[in-house]
Amino acid sequence: MQFVLSDPGLHWRDGWFLLQGAGHTLWVTLVAGLLGTLLGVVLGWLRFSSVLLRIITAPYIDVVRSVPLIIQLVLANSFLALAGVGFDTFWLCVAVLSSSMAVVTAEVVRAGLASVPQTFRRSARSLGLSARQEFFHISAPLAVRTSFAAWVGLLLGLAKDSALVSVVGYVEYMKSSQILITRTHETLPLLVGVGVFYFVICYPVSRYSARLERRMAL
Amino acid sequence: MFGYVFYWSLVWDALPQLLAGAWLTLQIAVLSMLFGTVVGLALALYRQKGEGAGARFASAWVELARNTPVLFQIYMMYFGLGSVGIQVSSYAAVLIALSFNNAGYLAEIFRGGLAAVHRQQLSAARSLGLTKLQSYLHVIFPQLLRIVFYGYVTQAVWAMLNTSLGMLVGLHELSGAAQSAQSISFRSFEFFFVTALIYYLIAKLMELGARVVFRRWLRV
Repeated sequence: MQFVLSDPGLHWRDGWFLLQGAGHTLWVTLVAGLLGTLLGVVLGWLRFSSVLLRIITAPYIDVVRSVPLIIQLVLANSFLALAGVGFDTFWLCVAVLSSSMAVVTAEVVRAGLASVPQTFRRSARSLGLSARQEFFHISAPLAVRTSFAAWVGLLLGLAKDSALVSVVGYVEYMKSSQILITRTHETLPLLVGVGVFYFVICYPVSRYSARLERRMAL
Repeated sequence: MFGYVFYWSLVWDALPQLLAGAWLTLQIAVLSMLFGTVVGLALALYRQKGEGAGARFASAWVELARNTPVLFQIYMMYFGLGSVGIQVSSYAAVLIALSFNNAGYLAEIFRGGLAAVHRQQLSAARSLGLTKLQSYLHVIFPQLLRIVFYGYVTQAVWAMLNTSLGMLVGLHELSGAAQSAQSISFRSFEFFFVTALIYYLIAKLMELGARVVFRRWLRV
């Protein structure tokens, strides 16, 4: 016996379904981007300021950068499952994505802080600024200036990486398109739609970031 | 954890399968880097010219490769081409998509490197009687690769990690092999833990290998 859907073609209400997927992609990117950046700034600052912490955190950074995101997602998913912890798929995705975002952000932050000349730091301190004042008024603004463009690039990378979270069952734009492809067999238009979706988000931002980088370089 | 017993022996039994997958992973990573390097160099040179159809084509390629997810590119090669009647194997689809992706990213890396190689190097090589091809092969590219070495190795590792997406189009590279091996017992944690370990080792191996090869050739 075979089940046949009465009308498997594309409908207008599928647009709503895709829109939801798009919303999920943006939402998971936004939350993971925010958390990852905060964690990354702290991690980068720690790695910059202490040699001991740099050595301690090195394995974590190394592992996150050398294992595919998709495996990290599956591993985290099955670990939580076997530990018997109830969890929300969304937060699982956010946790894995923000951990990878934190690692790359930390490197950018560290490089940004390292690009502030030692003489600036010393003269600030000798003018009577405390270490904290020096950080917030001298180092941090200069580091933000040099690393902002790179950080925008990382955020775009995160947006594209969020296409992978469907492996643990979070229905973002890529997955929702795939679901529709399975039902309607309208492969090409839906797939091209996916490409256009990401391109429209990423292209303007990457152009902006490239322009910013050029301006900084001058 | 609580009441869960790890069965590592299952993974041990399936290790040959995983290693065969790892070999496929390495193969695709290296091949896609090779194709990506050749095409990426061409794209970077065309982009450097800045005008004409070639430059526009190269720009379009780079922007498309860099601004869409790799997974989309793989799906496009596998399902997209399939839907217009061109059937490609999952191996070919992943290899083509990753080569396309690598070419785009490497073109951007090379562009930065080309800007750092002094312009007069080319004129000097040409006036010494080298043909255009010779001067690029023997004068420009060696300097270029030396400048972009770290970016290049990072991209190579990234390409290797991206082969894991082959799992989603049914390719039995490392992730796919693990996926199909674990589907017998559903011991997914054990299998993917070992898989992660193998990926880590391959990444380190690639970094080490690149360093050795580049030191020999380019004295980085």
